[in-house]
Parts: sequence; structure tokens; C-alpha cells
Amino acid sequence: MAGELIRMEHIEKSFPGVKALDDVRFELRAGEVHALVGENGAGKSTLMKVLTGVYPKDKGTIYMNGQELTIKGVRDAQEAGIVMIHQELNLMNHLSAAENIFIGREFKKSGNLFLDKAKQNKEAKALFEKLNVDIDPTVRVGELTVAKQQMVEIAKAISFDFKVLIMDEPTAALTDNEIEDLFRVIRMLKAEGRSVIHISHRLEELQDIADRITVMRDGAYVDTKNIEDVTVDQIIKMMVGREIFVTKQKDFEDVNAPVTLEVKNLNAGRMVQDVSFKARAGEILGFAGLVGAGRTETMRAIFGADRYESGEIIIKGKAVKITSPKVAVENGIAYLSEDRKQYGLALGLDIDQNISMADMRSFINVFGIINKKKSMENSEQQRNALQIKTPSLKQKVKNLSGGNQQKVVLAKWLTRNTDILVFDEPTRGIDIGAKNEIYKLMNELADQGKTIIVISSELPEIIRTCHRVIVMCEGRITGEVTKEEIDQDVIMGYATRRLA
Amino acid sequence: MKSILKSREASHKLIIVCAFILIFGFFSVMNPSYASYSNIMTILLATCVNGILALGVSFPVITGGIDISVGTVMTFSCVMSGTAFTVWGWNIWIAILFGFFVGALCGAINGFAITKMYLPPFIATMAMQMITKGLSLVVSGIKPVYFSECSFYQKIATGEFLGIPGFYNAIIILIVVAVICYILFSHTLLGRYTLAIGSNQEATRLSGINVDKWKIIIYALSGLLAGVAGLVMSSRLNSAQPSLGTGYETEAIAAAVIGGNSLSGGEGSIVGTIIGALIISSLTNGLRIMAVPTELQSAIVGLVLALAVFLDQAKKMKAGR
Repeated sequence: MAGELIRMEHIEKSFPGVKALDDVRFELRAGEVHALVGENGAGKSTLMKVLTGVYPKDKGTIYMNGQELTIKGVRDAQEAGIVMIHQELNLMNHLSAAENIFIGREFKKSGNLFLDKAKQNKEAKALFEKLNVDIDPTVRVGELTVAKQQMVEIAKAISFDFKVLIMDEPTAALTDNEIEDLFRVIRMLKAEGRSVIHISHRLEELQDIADRITVMRDGAYVDTKNIEDVTVDQIIKMMVGREIFVTKQKDFEDVNAPVTLEVKNLNAGRMVQDVSFKARAGEILGFAGLVGAGRTETMRAIFGADRYESGEIIIKGKAVKITSPKVAVENGIAYLSEDRKQYGLALGLDIDQNISMADMRSFINVFGIINKKKSMENSEQQRNALQIKTPSLKQKVKNLSGGNQQKVVLAKWLTRNTDILVFDEPTRGIDIGAKNEIYKLMNELADQGKTIIVISSELPEIIRTCHRVIVMCEGRITGEVTKEEIDQDVIMGYATRRLA
Repeated sequence: MKSILKSREASHKLIIVCAFILIFGFFSVMNPSYASYSNIMTILLATCVNGILALGVSFPVITGGIDISVGTVMTFSCVMSGTAFTVWGWNIWIAILFGFFVGALCGAINGFAITKMYLPPFIATMAMQMITKGLSLVVSGIKPVYFSECSFYQKIATGEFLGIPGFYNAIIILIVVAVICYILFSHTLLGRYTLAIGSNQEATRLSGINVDKWKIIIYALSGLLAGVAGLVMSSRLNSAQPSLGTGYETEAIAAAVIGGNSLSGGEGSIVGTIIGALIISSLTNGLRIMAVPTELQSAIVGLVLALAVFLDQAKKMKAGR
């Protein structure tokens, strides 16, 4: 096989109760960008963690240049030139860029006692120059953007003179320009004969960057193709193993439906300036805009998660001063955060405990004793309604996949039965099958007369699900698009203020 | 059995129960009088003060916080109770309740400092430790406060329950407190929110729960139980000793930690805490019977503490892989 660098064969890996990898193979050529795709829980990350020595494999063989390669730990993989950049970057925010790159391999002055910071900074600068990125080696990493932090990780990888670089969802948090810059660097690495494994959920971008693509599904290998031989639709079909059913929402007809939430001249810091809007019962209202447009900040202020300085919030005709999430919830607003692990779930607690958390008072008797049976009945009902896949409701939430975790958050708020539900990036990090289920649920909830607000940075998602779209840019509302005019270009125009 | 082994906390409970049996068995073999009825009662009696303190401190610990003021709050509350009785001439029962109130108030102030003044729990409760230590000495004039005017005060802890020889009231108090704590922790909102705050405080707040209020309640509970421990302590000595107190918090936290309550919060159990306290007192009792010097006893308890946490961590590392 021409230029084969890595070959993994018959890889198996089990965790308690789950077979994460089942007879998987993977092959990587020198100097190629190889996309690895699959739904969440398909086993991509596990396979890469086996390759980088994070997890020991149960069975199977890994070859490098035709020789069997024993990987017992991260060190072995590093020595073989295999480096991974995780989605959650492994940088120390309080150290400088240069210190991060050379951590554990610091340059010393003669005598081996003192650190040679000048040399360290010079070496780091050389790496950044090579990558053609503008980063000061002495700046603290915490002050850099995510995109630049990524470049620091890449520079670190280059300093190890890697042969294989694995990037887990590197573009998830980047803007279009930053993605372009990242791809430029990836192409440069490729031209040097290095290989890159690119794990991504954004299938559209793969055509630009990848040479070949390997698809995984349910812990098994599906196929490997040249990228020019497949379309996005075909990739999706391979990933989910079934036809994709595209949710089309019902038109929202009742323009006279009661206004459930009205916001007037809301101000909260730089990110929320003079925001006013109305949302009706039964409506799905989208909030579009670029990352950092102030949409999350607006909703957090309305939910009482952050304080607002001025403005009026009117819920079902009644002006309410929202001082805390507790007040918001009591007035019928629920907020599903974009970062469910940090803000949505108690990961160490079980599914039942999480589902009941926002509505504990309806599960206690007059003596304050929790009726666990009642709580379990409700959780069981939610589990069936939302199709949460788990062997038991006593399972800890941290053991669930992203899609199932999102369903637990949703179940929590459905238990509380609020009239207004704010979904902040509801399908981030969720696989396509689960995405459709979430869309379907949003439609059902709207049909029941609830008000749904969706913040999403994925325009197709907004276009597909919303009845009306409000567009924000730099903390202000710059446009409103009704059903008839919902269109990618119009929204992008408002989002970048071209039409404002 | 399967479900016991499945959960990590439960398997830690299994380990410490085994450890307890091992310690008990060891000393029984070494010295037959160790397992005698009267010595078992002595061990239980010795568990009372530390056990009640440990139960109290478990709640802040499970939220991911800590309360290092419980030892001196215990002293302060019984000094106040004694002062109310002897100096101000209050009815003894009112004075006792006043002692509990003082403990709860100190705890509530801890909670207030942590939630509203944003002090880290360690600092807030360290300040409370120093404050109550000083106040105890000031109020009492550095002299013990005697309850001798009350004929039955000493009986509250050391009287024999229903006349059963050796079965002291203090043991009943410990059992009652433990049962109440168990119900609070496993079957009420207080316990559920204690766990939830320890697991993810921000997600708990965003679920519409008034986290500040609950944390103040949790620290107040810890203080209240320090007050109860103060009653047991002063009853046994028939006096409130203002210079006692420091050091008790360490042993209480040790019991909670040996019992499997994680200092980073989000997991723990009341049964574990009780077993943790029993391990410490049966260990010290056994070492004393074997005439091991006091100084060395402390060192051995320290080793057991390190070992217990190590076993727990080793399991966690293995599970994470």
C-alpha cells in the first residue's frame, strides 16, 4: 500500500456495560489529511485515545510503517510521533505561550540551574513564525482567543516533530476566518509530509481540507473513501445507517396568539444593549447571529443568571423583576444552556436526581420527605417520552452521550413544565439522529402552546426550525426576519450588519 | 449484592466496614477484654462527641466546602449555655436550647460569609474558629463554667438509658442525631441539594434553586450539631471548658473523610461518616488498651486516614481509565 503510515486492525475496547470499539480498522497514509466522522458515541474519540495511549486496547494490533507498534501509554505514542489536540485544550492559562510549548522540556542556562527564558521565547517565536501566526510568546495563554490557543497547541506539536497530529473538533469554536487560517496551517503541515487526523461534525468543511474520510458507527468501522468520491448526503447516510428524516415545522399561523414574553429596552453590559422583542405562545423564535453577538448574554439576563441594569421583562402581561434564576423559573422560564456540562447538569448525580432537580417541591410530602417513587415514575415517563437511552435511571449522567445528556436537561425542564423554554445551541455536539429528535420535540412543545426560543449559530438549524428569526450583532438587535423571508443570506446580512 | 458493588460510594462503604471489622477483630485477638460489653460501650461513648461533630461537618464537606470551626463552636455554645444558666439564671432547658441556637447562629454566619461575602469556606470557618475560641475565653473569664447547680445535668450524657448498665444517654443522643441526619441527607430537599451543590453548584443555581439560602442552612446545621456536641461534652464534664475545642474539628473531618465523603464534594454518606467515627474511636481505644502512647495514637490515626483516602483514590483512578 503506497505511503501507508499507520494501520490499526481488529481493535476492540470495552468499558463496563458498553462495547466502545468492535473490530475496528483504520489506515492512515503519510502526508494526508484524513477525516474521521461518525455520530456521538460512534467511537471516534475512543479509537484515537487508543492510538495515543490514553486507553489501553483490549484486542487488536497497531502497525507503523509496517512494524508492529506497542503503545502502552501516552509516552509511547509521543515517542512514535503521534500527538493529539483535544477538544478541551490542555493548556495552562496562567503560563505564557512559550512556557506552555516547552513545559517539561525547559531550556536551562549553563550550570543547569536557571531557566533560559530568552532562548525559550526565541524558539517559540520561531515556531509561530513558521506557522505564520501572530502570537507573542510571552503572552499568557488565557488571554488568547481559542483559535490562537489552538495554534499554541499546534506549535507545541511541531516542536515534538510529530508524524501524526490528531485534532478533535478543532473548528467547533472558531469563526470562518479562523477556520481558514487553521486550514492553511494544516495544508502546510501536510506539504511537509505530516499526517493529520481531523475529527469533525461539520461535514461541509471536509471537502475543503480532507483527502480521505473514514466513517464509524456504533463502535464499528463503516467505510473509508476518497473525499471527492462522496457527497455530504452520502456521508450522513453512512453515519446514521438510515435515511435522514428532515423535520419541517408547521407554519405558525396564529399571529394573534397571546404574547407570553415581552422584553423592553434590556441592557446588561456591553453585550446586551437596548434589546426589545416579543414572543408568542406556540411560536418558535430563533436568535441568530455570530458567536459573541450577545444572544446568550441576553437570555442569561432574562433568566436571571446574570444581572441586568435596566429594561422591562413582561411575562404573560405581568412586569416581573427577575433577580435570580429562581424567580425566572417561578415565572415560567426555563433556560437550557449551551454548555450543559457546566451549567445544565450535575454530572456526578444520577439521571433521576437530575431530572427532578428543578421541581423537587412537587416530589416532597408535607413533612419534607422526598417521595422517590413518584420522582422515579416521572423520570421513567420522561425517559420514554424523550427516548433517553440508558440501562437505568440510577446511571450517573456523566456516563451518557451528549445527545442523551441534552435530553436529561430537557426532561428536567419538562418536569418543571415551564411555558417558555430557551434553547441555547440545543444541538451542539449532538449527533444527527439525536438532533432530529430534539427538533421534533421542539415542534411538539410549540404545538402544545409553549413558547420556544432557540439560539443557534448553525443557520440551517435556525432556518429549519424557526417561525421567526431575530438577528443580533454586537449586543444589539439588527434585524427581524419573518417566516416568508427566512433565508441564509438575509440573516447573514443582519448578523454582520450589512443591511442595518 | 450486585447493586452494592456497582456504585462506587457503596463499594467504599464495603471497604470501610471491612476495615472496621478488621480493626475490631485485631484488637479483640490481642486483648480479650477489648470486645467486652463494657469496653464496647466505652468505645461508643467515646464516639459521641466526635460522631456528632462529624455528622455536622459532613454536610458542608459534601457541598465541596469545609467547616473547621466546629470544635470551637462546640465549646462556645456550651460556654454560652452555661453562662445563661449560672450567671443569668435561666431555666436549664432554655439554656440548653440557647446553646444550640448559638451553635446554629455561628454556622449561619459562616454560611453568610461564604455566600454573601464570597469568603472561601476554609477562610470563613477559620475566622469563626478564632472568633469563637476568643469569645469563649472572654465570656467565661478563662474559667470553667460549672453546671453543679443543676442536679441532673451530668445525667443528660452519662445517665444510663432505661437503667441498662453501661448504656449511656449520650449513645442514644448520637443514634438519634445520626438517624435524623440520615433522613435529612437521604430523604429531604436539604440532602438532595447538598449533593447537587457539591456536584455542580452553577447548574443547581440555574435550576432555579436558591443556592445561597441552602448553603446558609447547611452551615447552620453544622453549627447546630456542634452545639449538640457541646451539650454532650459539657454534660460529661459537668462543666463547659473554655480552653477545649481546637483539634476536635480535625478529628471530625477525618471521620467524615474516612467515611467516604469527598472533600471535592458531590458524594458522601451519613452511614459512612458514622463508621468513620467508629473506626477512629475503636482504633484509639484499642491502642490505649495496648498501652501505645497517646502521641503515637494520633500518628496511627493519621496513617489510617491517608490509607482510607488512598484506597478511594486508587479505585477512582482505575475507574477513570
